[in-house]
Amino acid sequence: MRASSISYASLTARGLVPNRWDLVAFPLVIGLLLLASEGARQTLAPLSTLKEPVVSLDPINLPEYALRTTLRMLAAMAASLFFTFTYATLAAKSRRVELVLIPILDILQSVPVLGYISFTVVFFMSLFPGRIAGAEAAVIFAIFTAQAWNMAFSFYQSLRTAPRDLEEAARSFRFSAWQRFWRLEVPFAMPGLIWNMMMSMSGSWFFIVASEAITVGDTTITLPGIGAYLAKATEEKNLAAIGWVILTMIIVILLYDQLMFRPLVAWADKFRFEQTGAQIAPNSWFLELLERSRLMGTVGRPAAVTLRILARQRFAPLRVRRIGRPEAPSTILDPVWFLAVAAAAIFAAWKVVAFVASGVSGSEVLSVFKLGLLTLTRVVVLIAIASLIWVPVGVNVGLRPRLAEKIQPLAQFLAAFPANLLFPVFVVGIVSFHLNPDIWLSPLIILGTQWYILFNVIAGTTAYPTDFREAATNFQMRGWQWWRSVILPGIFPYFVTGAITAAGGAWNATIVAEVVSWGNTKVTAQGLGAYIADNTAAGNYPKIVLGIAIMSLFVTLFNRLLWRPLYHYAEDRLRLD
Amino acid sequence: MVALDTLSEATLRAPILTLRGINRAFPKGSGEIKVLADVDLSLYAGEIVGLLGRSGSGKSTLLRIIAGLIRPSSGQVIYRDEPITGPAEGIAMVFQTFALFPWLTVLQNVEAGLEAIGVSPKESRRRALSAIDLIGLDGFESAYPRELSGGMRQRVGFARALVVEPTILLLDEPFSALDVLTAETIRTDLLDLWIEHRLPTKSMLLVTHNIEEAVFMCDRILIFTSNPGRVSDEIEVLFPHPRNRLDPAFRQLVDEIYAKMTARPSAGAAEHPQKLHLASWLPIVSPNMMAGLIETVAAAPYHGKADLPEIARNLQLEVDDLFPVAEMLQNLGFAEVKEGDIRLSADARNFAELDPQPRKTMFAQHLLTSVPLAQHIRHVLDERPGHRAPRVRFEQELEDYLSDSAAEETLDAVIDWGRYGEIFAYDDQAEMFSLENPEG
Repeated sequence: MRASSISYASLTARGLVPNRWDLVAFPLVIGLLLLASEGARQTLAPLSTLKEPVVSLDPINLPEYALRTTLRMLAAMAASLFFTFTYATLAAKSRRVELVLIPILDILQSVPVLGYISFTVVFFMSLFPGRIAGAEAAVIFAIFTAQAWNMAFSFYQSLRTAPRDLEEAARSFRFSAWQRFWRLEVPFAMPGLIWNMMMSMSGSWFFIVASEAITVGDTTITLPGIGAYLAKATEEKNLAAIGWVILTMIIVILLYDQLMFRPLVAWADKFRFEQTGAQIAPNSWFLELLERSRLMGTVGRPAAVTLRILARQRFAPLRVRRIGRPEAPSTILDPVWFLAVAAAAIFAAWKVVAFVASGVSGSEVLSVFKLGLLTLTRVVVLIAIASLIWVPVGVNVGLRPRLAEKIQPLAQFLAAFPANLLFPVFVVGIVSFHLNPDIWLSPLIILGTQWYILFNVIAGTTAYPTDFREAATNFQMRGWQWWRSVILPGIFPYFVTGAITAAGGAWNATIVAEVVSWGNTKVTAQGLGAYIADNTAAGNYPKIVLGIAIMSLFVTLFNRLLWRPLYHYAEDRLRLD
Repeated sequence: MVALDTLSEATLRAPILTLRGINRAFPKGSGEIKVLADVDLSLYAGEIVGLLGRSGSGKSTLLRIIAGLIRPSSGQVIYRDEPITGPAEGIAMVFQTFALFPWLTVLQNVEAGLEAIGVSPKESRRRALSAIDLIGLDGFESAYPRELSGGMRQRVGFARALVVEPTILLLDEPFSALDVLTAETIRTDLLDLWIEHRLPTKSMLLVTHNIEEAVFMCDRILIFTSNPGRVSDEIEVLFPHPRNRLDPAFRQLVDEIYAKMTARPSAGAAEHPQKLHLASWLPIVSPNMMAGLIETVAAAPYHGKADLPEIARNLQLEVDDLFPVAEMLQNLGFAEVKEGDIRLSADARNFAELDPQPRKTMFAQHLLTSVPLAQHIRHVLDERPGHRAPRVRFEQELEDYLSDSAAEETLDAVIDWGRYGEIFAYDDQAEMFSLENPEG
């Protein structure tokens, strides 16, 4: 059912991004991150050591840890929403700003999430010296970076594609900008935004588990939560505790699905723009309960009324909004603006290069690049293997509606489940069977994200028009011909959406999956992810910057040269509607 | 033609809205593309004025200029003694696509316009309910637009516009997305309210491409030509309401307007009425439609000559559906269109009798002799060693003279005809013309 909104994933602006602006955006992003971390480190280091909170492996603590982890997640989501509403609105309303902000967003999206935490942890710790709040802020920021970018893209895209007639109606009834935002733009963006929030949330369980216990040089973060519990259990080789944490996570994800997202999706159904009735309206027992309960009515109404009153304020005088004559855009301001942006980019690039050069030799750059190729190979091979397995499975499941109904939630659940909870189990296996880590650690990077391929393919097959299938049966198409000319083109757009998400997740996972430990045993695979992880632990900043810059470069190029063309091809040629 | 010597009472008073020398153009290539040229118009209290024209005549653009949604390139709209520079108080619009907010209920949609101008919640509730009552929507207050039929949705559109008590109501083809029966019901309901002076509105401006609708509703009709849009004729309609569509005088006026609109089919062609040039805009008209019209006119009871309004009525087609087909037949030398009549050429009468393949051959001959763009494409393909040429090559040539969308449309039209006539092949995926299997 949730998969029926899968098409909203296509709202991410992968297609509409101007290219040469990447040259500007790339140094700007890396440079800004560098400045943030360096500024803080130089003025405030060395940090006073934190009084480390004690994490206990007693399962009785798990509910509390789970609650804390979830609260961090929600705090990050609130920050992401705020970011989405401001950043995307700014980008959509001004052409000049848009030319810079959107490529930046694209690059931000390709920086590995755990890279952000290595960059910024020192900065946040220095904001709250000696207190736990700094560590909390750093983790919440890391989760924010796992959630915000695709939400902002989705919202930006909605703002750009708001229906013209509604926009004209809003203008001719003289809505103020504020009123238009809440009456037209936000409601129109809502279904896509909620779908992306959902994807963001399920993606970020992985990162919160990874970032609650992380060491950057001499700064160690340990925050009471699921991730810290897992880290401690791994350190103490406690398999029973790992069992407990897995169980807890399963319950948490089920609760979050039932209590938060199902109600949200059911509620957001009224914002669907299509004027036709829904085939199946999504429903949620929890939402119905809330709507019917008198208590919620009395508690909720004042809040609702306040929001409504707020949304209908003009916050601007009622006067004629002048509109421009249809002349060409300013010829003086543009060059000035472009020059300023280019200068900032060159400055940032110079800063980054100078900083990296201070700690890294030229030959190392080359070897890091080779590590990148190694990791790239890993990602490509694993996506291919996962596709070979899950496409046929997904199609076969999708063709059986009753089975699909049962499997689809399971696939979505597996996609949300943080796969790093299972890593220790693999390490135990690799160590006891003396397997080659370069090969056998690789599956970990796709362990959590392969499910995106599965549930997108199921969704695509379920949405495949019955009359096409009937026609194929009628003309007796079967076997390979059936796959090649009937079903594969039909599900291709869905497959590409799933594979893009899976590949993005895989790149991110390499930082955690190429170095895994179990007690004192550390298993390392060669690759860019391991390089970043090792240098993060050692606190070697020039090398962290180099590693992350190269990974971002790989991800960006991968997106440009492979996924985007495929996505366009799917959009243009293979859409069934 | 209706006599113009008796000025209606309304016109004696000062206009409530005046348009002076409105132009709208887009800079394009070396020159510019004109959408509207030198439009003057005065709107008086108590009248319904129709802007009648084909698509591409800029009439919707003109309506948006009056609504303050877009600015003219030059010229002024004077309303309440001041030029309009943005959406003005007292001017409300009803949209062809209804433009209702799908996430708001009927009541909330109607209230939205009042909220925007800061009317208190209590007052806006009262006014919205009375507008809903007036327009016949009681009982639907809490429904969402997607639960309503098209007709009910457009009633919400009317209620939403009327609730702000506009002096001028702009109607942008409000009935064209509705089925015939529903459209007629709402038209009649609106006219009843108008005649009984139950509307807060002083004047209505109706954009339409439906001639009968214009004659049925309007007191004055301005006929627009296309490319660029300009006013070619002004006709007063003096029949009292309610009007009877079967009244011979009514029918005669409809026929006259048909004749006027076919007399000068499109501008640019005004000097050479029957000749296309390389960059003429071409409408997308499928070969099936052309063949269908030829067959209809060739058969009994028309036997090669027919009255366009009559055909339109019998086939349930509107101006926008029928005119381009008739005109293309004329351009291709299959017919002559004059004063509302269509007369088939000898070739066309032959065509009606032919089998599919000879039909294609004949169509190809006519296409190559009458449509310079088709000729040009074929010529380029013949000249090139590989007999291939990318679409973009021709699109760029056209874009020097036409807007981007018009260039695209024109090329799509020629591709469709060229494929039917098999004078070239086209690969949509590669966007490439070729001579791969031109003759079969």
